[in-house]
Amino acid sequence: MAGYLEIRGLVKRFGEFTALHDIDLDIAEGEFVCFLGPSGCGKTTLLRAIAGLDPQTGGTIRQRGLDVSSLPPAKRDFGIVFQSYALFPNLTVHDNVAYGLVSRRKTRAEIGRRVEELLALVGLPDSGRKYPAQLSGGQQQRVALARAIATAPGLLLLDEPLSALDARVRVRLRHEIKALQRRLGVTTIMVTHDQEEALTMADRIVVMNHGVIEQVGTPQEIYRRPATAFVADFIGAMSFLSGTFEAPARVRVGALAFGVPPQDGLAAGAAVQLCIRPEDVQVRNLPADAANRVAVSVAELDFVGSFCRATLDAGAGVTLTADFSSNLMRDLGVELGRRLEIALPPDRLRVFAA
Amino acid sequence: MTAAAPARPMRIGLSRDDLAMRAGLVLLALWLILTLALPLWSLLAKGFQDRDGNFVGLANYITYFSTPALVQSALNSLKVSLICTVIVVPIAFTYAYALTRAVLPARWLFQGIALIPIFAPSLLPGLALVYLFGNQGFFKKLFGGEIYGMDGIIVAQVFYCLPHATMILVTALRTADARLYEAADALGATRLRVFLTVTLPGAKYGLISAALVVFTLVITDFGIAKVIGGNFNVLATDVYKQVIGQQNFSMGAVVGMVLLAPAALAFVVDYLVQRKQVALLTARAVPLVPHPSRGRDLALLAFCGTVAFAILAILGMAVWGSLIKYWPYNLSLTLSHYNLAAADASGWGAYFNSIEMALGAAIVGTAVMFVGAWLAEKTRGFGAMRGLVQFLTFLPMAVPGLVLGLGYIFFFNAPGNPLNVLYGTMSILVINTVAHFYTVGHLTSTTALKQIDPEFESVSASLKVPVWRTFGRVTAPICLPAIVDIAIYMFVNAMTTVSAVIFLYSPETKLASVAAVNIEESGATATAAALCVLIVLTSATVKAAHLLADRYLFDRLQAWRRR
Amino acid sequence: MNLFLKRAAVGLAAIAALGFAGSAWAQKTRLTVYTAIENEQLDPFKKAFEADNPNIEIAWVRDSTGVMTARIIAEKDNPRADAIWGLAASSVALFGSMNMLEPYTPAGSAALKPIFRSGKSPETWVGMDAFLAVLCFNTVEAAKGNKAKPTSWADLTKPEYKDSIVMPNPASSGTGYLTVVGWLAAMGEEAGWKYMDALHQNVAQYLHSGSAPCVQAAKGERLMGIGFDMRGASEKTKGAPIDLIVPKEGLGWEMEATAIMKGTKNLDAAKKLADWSASKKANELYGKYYAIVAHPDVKANPPNYPADGEKAMLKLDVEWMAKNRDRILAEWSKRYDGKSAPRAPR
Repeated sequence: MAGYLEIRGLVKRFGEFTALHDIDLDIAEGEFVCFLGPSGCGKTTLLRAIAGLDPQTGGTIRQRGLDVSSLPPAKRDFGIVFQSYALFPNLTVHDNVAYGLVSRRKTRAEIGRRVEELLALVGLPDSGRKYPAQLSGGQQQRVALARAIATAPGLLLLDEPLSALDARVRVRLRHEIKALQRRLGVTTIMVTHDQEEALTMADRIVVMNHGVIEQVGTPQEIYRRPATAFVADFIGAMSFLSGTFEAPARVRVGALAFGVPPQDGLAAGAAVQLCIRPEDVQVRNLPADAANRVAVSVAELDFVGSFCRATLDAGAGVTLTADFSSNLMRDLGVELGRRLEIALPPDRLRVFAA
Repeated sequence: MTAAAPARPMRIGLSRDDLAMRAGLVLLALWLILTLALPLWSLLAKGFQDRDGNFVGLANYITYFSTPALVQSALNSLKVSLICTVIVVPIAFTYAYALTRAVLPARWLFQGIALIPIFAPSLLPGLALVYLFGNQGFFKKLFGGEIYGMDGIIVAQVFYCLPHATMILVTALRTADARLYEAADALGATRLRVFLTVTLPGAKYGLISAALVVFTLVITDFGIAKVIGGNFNVLATDVYKQVIGQQNFSMGAVVGMVLLAPAALAFVVDYLVQRKQVALLTARAVPLVPHPSRGRDLALLAFCGTVAFAILAILGMAVWGSLIKYWPYNLSLTLSHYNLAAADASGWGAYFNSIEMALGAAIVGTAVMFVGAWLAEKTRGFGAMRGLVQFLTFLPMAVPGLVLGLGYIFFFNAPGNPLNVLYGTMSILVINTVAHFYTVGHLTSTTALKQIDPEFESVSASLKVPVWRTFGRVTAPICLPAIVDIAIYMFVNAMTTVSAVIFLYSPETKLASVAAVNIEESGATATAAALCVLIVLTSATVKAAHLLADRYLFDRLQAWRRR
Repeated sequence: MNLFLKRAAVGLAAIAALGFAGSAWAQKTRLTVYTAIENEQLDPFKKAFEADNPNIEIAWVRDSTGVMTARIIAEKDNPRADAIWGLAASSVALFGSMNMLEPYTPAGSAALKPIFRSGKSPETWVGMDAFLAVLCFNTVEAAKGNKAKPTSWADLTKPEYKDSIVMPNPASSGTGYLTVVGWLAAMGEEAGWKYMDALHQNVAQYLHSGSAPCVQAAKGERLMGIGFDMRGASEKTKGAPIDLIVPKEGLGWEMEATAIMKGTKNLDAAKKLADWSASKKANELYGKYYAIVAHPDVKANPPNYPADGEKAMLKLDVEWMAKNRDRILAEWSKRYDGKSAPRAPR
């Protein structure tokens, strides 16, 4: 079955600069998708092309089977929340939320009921008579959300909606938006540069870089099996070791050699990056026959609260990071300069062509 | 809507809003072409013709550039404009700095006084200077040399240009982020260093703008040069001599074109510079509130006091002059010069015509300028038309009124032009005044529009609300202060404008500013001063009403601005 | 545009009202008349003419000679004026040479002094009054500086008058031009230029209008001004301590004239105006303001004019003046205009 939104061969150029290269993407009905990437990666450009605000240079967008590629924004079906919220400052919260309802031939009473319902939905039941400037950032955000969903659009677009808020409000709103989206079942696309936001909120994440999609997948897939070195680096923490590939399943890093899962498409002798997440480094209860054992010394320790992130020196210029829980630190007496034996489980190692 | 849309469309379709806005933009371009470009061209084209209308190519230009006296005028114009710029900008900067960055008593009063020169026809400083420093002047000895000539032009122009520069610089200095100053303080920077590294760079664009505005005002104005310029010839008086003295439109057009060049250049520079400007004030900026500092505040108070005194002295002299029976031989006071009917057949009629014209220009001008700027700013795509409009809106500031006024005769009075029904009506005076002062109104609108969230139109498109409703319910109300400012600017300028409308009035539509010039020429200096004073009082009353309304009425309308 | 709609509505209402008011009103012709006569003369002239021609109403457009002349020429392709009444004859003659005037010999114009006629048949314009470029001399300032009263143009080059004289710039003002032409006519070209070289050393300023020099002299801004006699006389009437001097070498002069614009839709009314302007009655009116009028039988005696101005009028060739204007102005500008002029340091 075709998806709710189908994007095919989408290209966007600004003069000489190509902001989006040949983007293909399918989004299913009711899905919550995040566009994630560093600034300038094209995620906002893609969102605005979907809305029709900055039309693409080429390619097609189909929404619910209809080709909307050449439709102006006013003829597309979407609601949108901007980073700035773009609330009308001279209108009350009530009038802001009612803004899109007024032109739809509804009576005042109908509109009033709908606005109250929406404000209750976003947790601002008594704020209708206030002006936006009298609300906190988080409250303004909710009003913007209420306004965007007031007309019950089929597609909700959120452009970095949380980035102007402080950390605590942001975390709380994440859950609220996600819950609201589930309740309404509205297909939602959110642009963010915050990986934590994407990982906690999205059904699927679209990781973008330099105008191309690096990977599309569930948060788990993206985190566990990054498809490219960029995704591996961008999402979560990751140690990168430069080495050479030795067929069929071995990577040599300086004097050390690591067994890895079998790799397709890599020629022997190819330069590669060997990657492991800090939490995957084994240090306790190593079986005697554990693969990829390495002797290291603790070169640096960064206290991060619930755990310590250690920089480990394996000699010959090879370093990697590992996360040690407080228990482990105490049990093993980890301190600067302490020598340790660690293992890198082969199934947790990822290999990318350098 | 069907699914049979083309596979790879390269162009986005146009919504009804888009079509309406594009149509509006085309209408605006048409308006600007009809009221500005074509009239200008119908005069400037004469620069390539001889007196009988035969095409002669560049012959007039060759004559011009081989006549030493004419070239000398060009050099004089440049010189006097540069000197005025160099004098006005530092004074205006210090004054604006005091208004925005120091703790001044009666700040509103100083702010108001700085505006006064804008309300005055350019005849007023000329007359006042003669009273003050002329050969019979009260302070002739103080001034030393002759007031007639370059020195007189400079003093009068400084008076006349000061408010323009001060307003720009107050705006530039007001938008400061207190955090920058706190950071500089924390780093132990000296006051001078903070000034040089934070304040000045922050006001850089304002300074450039102010300098260019002053330069252009001085170089295009002929009123002051005519009254007090003596034998010091400048381009603007050369246009006057060619056109009024010798009815030589061809050479007048050549001088007009030469006059256009530096002014146009100044505006291109301004445009390029402003394009690079990024918003200094981010959403998180903390507005700077000046803290008292005895030494600095006293010094700045003394400075502002001096400047304000000088402005009031010039105005006061004009008021006094209007009350003197026969200067300088009978200094007893009388109100008889305010009996306008005795001095001019149109009498008070001209005064009320002026008010009618100024109201018309304020209403029509503000509507066209604000809606126009909104269209130019918000229409999606349509780059070429927006570029054309942008260019046309820059033109008027560089055009001397005399050139525009004559152009209007040639264009609007042409027998084949259906618009010639407008000729001789009040409407043409309004249209001409709107065109003449278009640039500032357009720039003010654009600035106001740039300060509001750029996504309002996107939001309303997503909510399927027609864009004109968002304009009426949101954009225009938010920009109300700017809109009122433009209306007042138009009113004030329409009250004082002379150089363009002097060719266009009819028996029923003679204006007070023109009457003042006529009366002065006929020797009734005191009556001319009286009329100038009336014009100042009228504009000042309007401005005061605005301030009061702002305080007590708009405050309620603008409740949403309060936190 | 509300205001204008309103204005239009008021206008329509007024027209309607006139319609109801009866047939006598309905036939009233509105004559647009361009003029440069003085502000205070507008009303008396209009009333006097309308009293004799109740079916015609005059609508004045008045500005200085230069502005009016420029405007009439600029409107050449679509003239807005029906008639000209009181504009410098040199300007009017220029319109004649541009074929902008309706030839018409007003009734009674044959009785006028010959120089007050265009000399064409039929006439293209008819003169009304003449004004002179006299010397306005401030007696109070003279007493202060102990300066002698000049009696001739030659006197003006005396060193004691250094920086004491103002005169109109001939490039900006018709009065300035006729002053210069007067000298060239009285002294001959070569001597004339030499005289102006000497005079230039004493001229403080060349002003942009023919009125301004006598006004400046009247207000003591300068010791003396060379300019329009009528302005000097009216300032003196207002109380200025000036004497109007007619230099003994004679002086340049200019007339004001009446003419009908070609293509006027109100030709009959315009002819009535031309007839009236040439009448003795009209000349008596002119005589209240000007010392020299066109009608030989009218003894004009307005206050404060110099007594024997008419006799001092130099013989000027109007056509020569027009033909040589560009040349003379170019020469004048080269010699005296602006800083390029050689001038002894102050």
